Amino acid sequence: MTRTPLRPLARILQARAKGENPDVIERENIRQRHEQMRDRQRHLAEGRLLVLGAFFFVAFIAVGLRMGMISASDPTEPRASGSADSQILNQRADIVDRDGNILATNMATYSLYAQPQQMINPVAVAKDLKKIFPDLDLARMERQFTGKRTFVWIRKTLSPEQMQEVHDIGDPGLLFGPREMRLYPNGHLASHILGGVRFGREGVDSAELVGVGGIEKVYDNWLRDPANGGKPLVLSLDLTAEATVREVLKAGMDMLHAKGAAAVLMNVHTGEIVSMVSLPDFDPNERPTPKPTKDPGDSPLFNRAVQGVYELGSTFKLFVLAQALQMGLVTPDTVIDTKPFRLGGFLIHDFHNYGSQMTVTKILVESSNIGAARMAQMIGPEKQEAFLRTLGLLNTTGVQLVEAEGAKPILPPKWTDVASSTIAYGHGLAVSPLHLATAYASILNGGMRIYPTLIKTDHPKVGPRVVSEKVSATARAILRQVVTQGTASMGNVKGYDIAGKTGTADKPDPQGGYYKNKVVSSFASVFPARDPKYVLVVTLDEPSDGTGKDAKRTAGWTAVPVAAEIVRRVAPLLGMRPQVETASLNGVKLAQN
Amino acid sequence: MTEMVHGVLPAQAGEPVLPRWWRTIDKWSLTAAFLLYGMGLLLGLAASVPLATRNGLPPFHYVDRQAVFGLVAMVAMVLVSMMSPANVRRFGVTGFMIFFVALVLLPFFGSDFGKGATRWFSFGFITIQPSEFLKPAFVVLVAWLMAASQEINGPPGKALSFAVAVVVVGFLAAQPDFGQSALILFSWGVIYFVAGAPIVLLTSVGGLVAGGGWLAYQYSDHFAKRINGFLASEVDPRTQIGYATNAIQEGGFFGVGVGNGQVKWSLPDAHTDFIIAVAAEEYGLILVMVIIGLYALIVIRSLMRLMKERDPFIRLAGTGLACIFGIQAFVNMGVAARLLPAKGMTLPFVSYGGSSIIAAGITMGMLLAFTRSRPQGQIGDFLGRGR
Repeated sequence: MTRTPLRPLARILQARAKGENPDVIERENIRQRHEQMRDRQRHLAEGRLLVLGAFFFVAFIAVGLRMGMISASDPTEPRASGSADSQILNQRADIVDRDGNILATNMATYSLYAQPQQMINPVAVAKDLKKIFPDLDLARMERQFTGKRTFVWIRKTLSPEQMQEVHDIGDPGLLFGPREMRLYPNGHLASHILGGVRFGREGVDSAELVGVGGIEKVYDNWLRDPANGGKPLVLSLDLTAEATVREVLKAGMDMLHAKGAAAVLMNVHTGEIVSMVSLPDFDPNERPTPKPTKDPGDSPLFNRAVQGVYELGSTFKLFVLAQALQMGLVTPDTVIDTKPFRLGGFLIHDFHNYGSQMTVTKILVESSNIGAARMAQMIGPEKQEAFLRTLGLLNTTGVQLVEAEGAKPILPPKWTDVASSTIAYGHGLAVSPLHLATAYASILNGGMRIYPTLIKTDHPKVGPRVVSEKVSATARAILRQVVTQGTASMGNVKGYDIAGKTGTADKPDPQGGYYKNKVVSSFASVFPARDPKYVLVVTLDEPSDGTGKDAKRTAGWTAVPVAAEIVRRVAPLLGMRPQVETASLNGVKLAQN
Repeated sequence: MTEMVHGVLPAQAGEPVLPRWWRTIDKWSLTAAFLLYGMGLLLGLAASVPLATRNGLPPFHYVDRQAVFGLVAMVAMVLVSMMSPANVRRFGVTGFMIFFVALVLLPFFGSDFGKGATRWFSFGFITIQPSEFLKPAFVVLVAWLMAASQEINGPPGKALSFAVAVVVVGFLAAQPDFGQSALILFSWGVIYFVAGAPIVLLTSVGGLVAGGGWLAYQYSDHFAKRINGFLASEVDPRTQIGYATNAIQEGGFFGVGVGNGQVKWSLPDAHTDFIIAVAAEEYGLILVMVIIGLYALIVIRSLMRLMKERDPFIRLAGTGLACIFGIQAFVNMGVAARLLPAKGMTLPFVSYGGSSIIAAGITMGMLLAFTRSRPQGQIGDFLGRGR
C-alpha cells in the first residue's frame, strides 16, 4: 500500500497557485487515511470475530456433547472412590465339620454410620441412639453430630431389631452400610479351634473380615482366596462329639471345682482331631479382648489343650515302658527293685509304699515312680531324649492353630540322670495335652508316629515307626490292666475297653518348688484296647473331689471318671459298637500272665 | 414549489421509534432472551423450593421474586435496546463510575451474608451486587477507550483500559471474588483481541500460560492434585459435581419428570450454579440442549452481526458483551458437565438472583442495541472510497 503524504507538495503548490485553501487537501487526505485504517481494522476484526464465534460454537457443542454422553451413560449407585486395588473382598469361606455341619459362616447385616451434615435434629438423634444402644456415650455422640465431621461410624454390626429401631428414628443423617458378618452358630462350641475374626479395612459398602485366632487366622488367606470358589474349609472335628465332650467336661470341671479342663479326642491312626475342648471357653461371636493385667493362662482365650504346657505326671510312664520293651530291656514280667533311692541328692519315692520289688506290669498298674525311674536309668538319658523326640514331645505339635506355634514344651536345661529319672514319671518336662495325645496314639496305634491335624484328610501323614506292633500290643495290654485293676479302675466302660494311664502332677509353684495341694490330674487313654480307634486325653487343672472325708485330687478320682463318661457317651456317637464279653476276656487272660 | 418556498409542517425526522426498533432489532436473540427467562422461571419452580423450605418461606417465594426481578430485567432490556449506541456509551461510562465507587465502598457498607466474601449491598427487600452491573459498564468503557485509540491522534486507549481493568480486578480479588475478576479480565482480553492485538503478543501470552501451567503441574503437588482430581474418571459422589453428574445421568434423554428430581434437595447451589443439573434431571437432555442452543444462538448471531459493523466502538462493545454473556453460560454448564474445574458462575437469565438477572437484562439490552441493523455505508465500497 502506498502511503500518500498528508500534504503532497505538488498538489499544495497547485492549489496555492489557484488560490484555494491547501488545508482542504490535507483534511481530505486525513479522512482518507482514517478510512483506510478503519477498513484495515474492520477486516482484522472480521477475522477475529469469526475466531471468537467458532470458539463459542465449539465450546457449546462440547458442552452439549458432554451432557449427552453423561445422559446416555447409565446412572450407577454412587460409590465412594474405589479403585481396583482398594476394593474389599468380603467373601470368606465357611468352615464346616467333617460331616458338613456349619461351624462358621457369614451373615448379611448392616453397619450404622452417620452423616451429621444431613441430620435434622442431631441432639435428639443422639438421645434416641442412646436408648437403643445403652453402651454408647451420649455426650460424645452429641459432640460428633454437632461438630464439623461429615462421617461418623456408630456400630459395626446391627441386629435386625436394632436396625428397625434405628429406622424408626427416621433421621436422614443415619445410614446403613451392608456388611458381611462372621457368624458362629454353635456359640461356645469349638471356640478355641475357630478363633474368631475382626473387621479389617472398612468401607461404606463392605468391610474386610480378618482372622484373629485359631484356624481362622492360620487359614486366613485360604478362606479369603476367591480362587477357592466358595468351597468350605472341612475340619476333622465331629460337631456332635465336640458338643458331648464339652458338656461332660464342663460338668466334671464344675463338680470337681477345677479351674480349668481340657480334652483331646483324636483318631489314633490318622491324627485327625475329632474333638478338642478347653475350658473355660468363650463365644467367638463376641471374642473377648485379652486383659493385659491378668495371667494369660487364666483368660478364656487360652487354649489349654494346645497352649497349656503342664508336667503331666505318671502318664509319662508309658514312654519308658514302651522304650524299655522296644529295646528288649524288660518284659512285662521283669522284676524291678522299687526301694526308694537317692539320685544326685534327690530322693525318688512313691505315693504309697508298694514293697521292695515289682514287676514291670505292676509298676504301671500301681504307678510306681521308683520303677519308672529305674527303667529310665536302664535306657539312659540320650536314648530317652531321642525316643521322646521321635514321639514329638520335644517340639511344637504343628497342629493348624496359630496358638500352637507358641506352645513349645518346657525342656530340662540339661538332660541329666536326675532329669531323665523324673521325666520318666512326668516331672521336669512340660507338654500340652495335645502332645500327650499324639505320643499315646503313636505308641498304641501299632507303633506308627502320627501327626495331629484339624483338617479332614484321606491321606494322613504317618510314620516313622516308633515301636513294634508287638510292643504296642503289650503296652496296650498293660494299660488295660491299669484300668481293670489299677489306678484308673473308675475308667472301666463296659463294651469299650479303655486302656490308659493316670497322671497326677503337683503344680509347680512360680516361686519355686511345687504346691502341696494343687495338682494337674490327667488321664491318657485309647479305646478299644485290642484294636484302638481313638485316643482320649483328659486334663483337669486343680481338681478336688470333696465328696469324701479328705479332698481327693488324684487322677483316678477326678480325670478318670470324666474320661470314662466321655467315652460312654461319645463312642456310640462315633459309630462304635460296644464289644461283647469275649473281647475283654483277652485282656483278662493277659493280666494273668 | 409553494412548499419549497414557504415550507410546510416540519417533517418527522426518520420513522417512529417503535417500528424502527422492531425493524432493526435482532428478533432471534430477543426471543431467545425471553425464552431463557421463561426457562429460568420454570426451573426455579423446581430448584428454588428446597431453599425456600430450608429458610422457612412459602415454597414458591423465590419464584415470585424471580418473576418480579425478571420482569424488571426484561423491561430494562427492551428499554436499553432502544437506545442509540452513543446513549448506551454515555450511560455505560456513567454507570461504570457509579458502580466502581460502589465497589470501592463495599468493604465499608457491604454485607457478606455469612459467606466469607463481601460482595453485596443490602437494601432490605433487595440486595445488589455491584460487580454484576460493573461488568457491562466496564465493557462499554473499555470499548470506548480502545475505539478512541484507533482514531488518528487518539488517546492511548489500550494502556488506559488495561490500567482500569487491573484496578477493578484488584478490588474484586480483595472481596474475594475470583470468578468476576476472571470475567473482567476475559472481557478486556476479548476486546483487545478484536481491537487488533498483535499476533506475536497473543502467541507469547498463550505460550507463557501453557508453560506456566505445565511447570505448576510438574512442581506443585497441590495444583497437580487438583488437575488430576478433575481429570480422574471417578468422581466423589459427595461433592456438588458428583451430585450434578448423577442428576444428569438420572435424567437421561427425557428426564425423570417434572418435580420428581432429587438433586435439588442435595445441592446447596441447585438454584444458581447447578440449575442446569436440575434441568437435566427433571426435563432431560432435551431441555439442556434447548438451553445450550439458545445461548449459542444469542452469542454466535451477535458476533456474526458485529462482523458487519463498521463502527469500532459498537463492534468492540458488542463483542465484549456477547462474550461475557456466552462465557458465563459456557463455564456454568461446563462445570456441571465436568468439562471444566469447579468454579461458581451463574447462568444468565436462568439462575436465581435479583442482581444477576437485572444485570443480565441490561447486558442483553446493550448487546441488542449494538447489534441493531443500521446503515453501514457499504455503498462507499462501490464508490471507490477507502482502499
